[in-house]
Amino acid sequence: MGSLNPVQGEGVGFLATRVDELVNWGRKNSLWPMPLGLSCCGIELMAMIGPKFDLARFGAEAARFSPRQCDLLIVAGTLTWKMATAVRTIYDQMPDPKWVIAMGVCSSSGGMYDSYAVVQGVDSILPVDVYVPGCPPRPDAVIDAIIKLQKKIEREDPLRRLLKGPEHKPDTGTGTITKQPNAGVPRTALDLHPHDPKAKIEELLK
Amino acid sequence: MSPELQEILVWIVKVHVIFLGMVGTAAITTLAERKVSAWMQYRHGPNRVGPQGLLQPLADGVKFLFKESLVPEGANKWMFRLAPALAAAPAMLTVAVIPFGPDVTLFGITTPFSIVDLDIGVMYILAIGGLSVYGVIVGGWASNSKYSLLGGLRASAQMVSYELSMILALLSIVAISGSLDLREVVLQQKTIGDWNILYQPLAFLLFLIAAFAETNRHPFDFAECEPELVSGFHTEYSAMRFALFALGEYCAMVVMSSLAVAFWFGGFSVPFLPDAHWALGIAAFCAKVTFFLFLFLWVRWTLPRFRFDQLMNLGWKVMLPLALANLFVTGAVIAYAPQLKALWQNLFHGAS
Repeated sequence: MGSLNPVQGEGVGFLATRVDELVNWGRKNSLWPMPLGLSCCGIELMAMIGPKFDLARFGAEAARFSPRQCDLLIVAGTLTWKMATAVRTIYDQMPDPKWVIAMGVCSSSGGMYDSYAVVQGVDSILPVDVYVPGCPPRPDAVIDAIIKLQKKIEREDPLRRLLKGPEHKPDTGTGTITKQPNAGVPRTALDLHPHDPKAKIEELLK
Repeated sequence: MSPELQEILVWIVKVHVIFLGMVGTAAITTLAERKVSAWMQYRHGPNRVGPQGLLQPLADGVKFLFKESLVPEGANKWMFRLAPALAAAPAMLTVAVIPFGPDVTLFGITTPFSIVDLDIGVMYILAIGGLSVYGVIVGGWASNSKYSLLGGLRASAQMVSYELSMILALLSIVAISGSLDLREVVLQQKTIGDWNILYQPLAFLLFLIAAFAETNRHPFDFAECEPELVSGFHTEYSAMRFALFALGEYCAMVVMSSLAVAFWFGGFSVPFLPDAHWALGIAAFCAKVTFFLFLFLWVRWTLPRFRFDQLMNLGWKVMLPLALANLFVTGAVIAYAPQLKALWQNLFHGAS
């Protein structure tokens, strides 16, 4: 994301901000999710789309099962290294612009699974926009995350991105928010794993 | 103003009103789909943008317009880009011959409320409607993806199978009206006693089932059967290209509903008011079409999906023989016992 205030600089002025507002309005009210229920969080994800919580109110219930037609990747649950390549592929298959919600402590930080088999937070393979704590989080917590994401989308400046071409985004993490919770923990078991998919992902990304 | 210029102007206005009206209806139907599903599942549905979420289709449209449109590697690029247009165009073209209303008198000009009144309107609709299978199969094939290919093949097999029954069902109506002109068919159904549904209920049932299959709607939506085929033939399509496929599907729903209304439910004739104002006629047509659009949604959120072999068995072993038998009996009655129709007609006119 570039400057927070698109009026300044680049010579794109009033019109651009209006167009940006329109585009952001469309995007934030039509966040079609890619449901990725990896464990128990998936059940809460289903409850969120059903009655009582009703994600449809925000125009975000139209879950498409093809990543090509999705805007929002909700990683719900424990992400193992075996699954990591698949999740990264799904993320890569989604067209821009795309956002990611890490739902639950497992996908936010690895949670209680501090083990060689579990990715210690999906932010080590994907840029995450909103983290939702909880084990599993209640559906209303995820709806809150979606409202936060809508506010984040409001601040983007898509027109300038369109004019200048896609900006280079750092591929992992989201800058200031990112702080790997287990960063201090020695992960020798992970680093020495013979079939380390993380290295494989990095190799694939080159 | 010379008469030629005036005719051209009237024609341009009619094209815009009818075409935009249909595309607008299709857009509203996407919202209706989400709202109706919500109400059926004890939910609210989209209600954050505009009053009661009325601007939701607009938000979706803006999002799709400004999304990255991917062409997968290994796809046939030209065909891949062509397919959404091929899928959306036939439904939008068939709207040209549908009579949406009686003769409209506005600013001293009287003109029939349809883009064009073809003498062979039914033929035109069937010919253009038959092209819609190309969008599906080209899209499925060009994507270079196994899910797309299987989805495209299934959808095309299904559309070809059910087209036969649909044509035969429509032919029964053509046989009893003696005209291929849609306006003529509608004008013959002035009162409820004349509505073709009373004379051809079986043909209507067959047409309705075939219409669901033709538009790839539930319970026949094998083309995008999520558990097996991800999203079927449009798995690889993103952004506006995907939206065009969706728009084509909803436009086809509008066209099928209009056909059902025009052929079986008196078109723009107002029940109990044979000499109603033209505005009332258009309103009656819209109300009837709205009911059938609702029926599409109602069925979608009520019935589970068939199995593919069940669909094929139904199409070839039940629908086709029934449609043939119906056409045969209709022809026999018209040829050898025309007084039967008069008897039947008197029955209903006596009742109403």
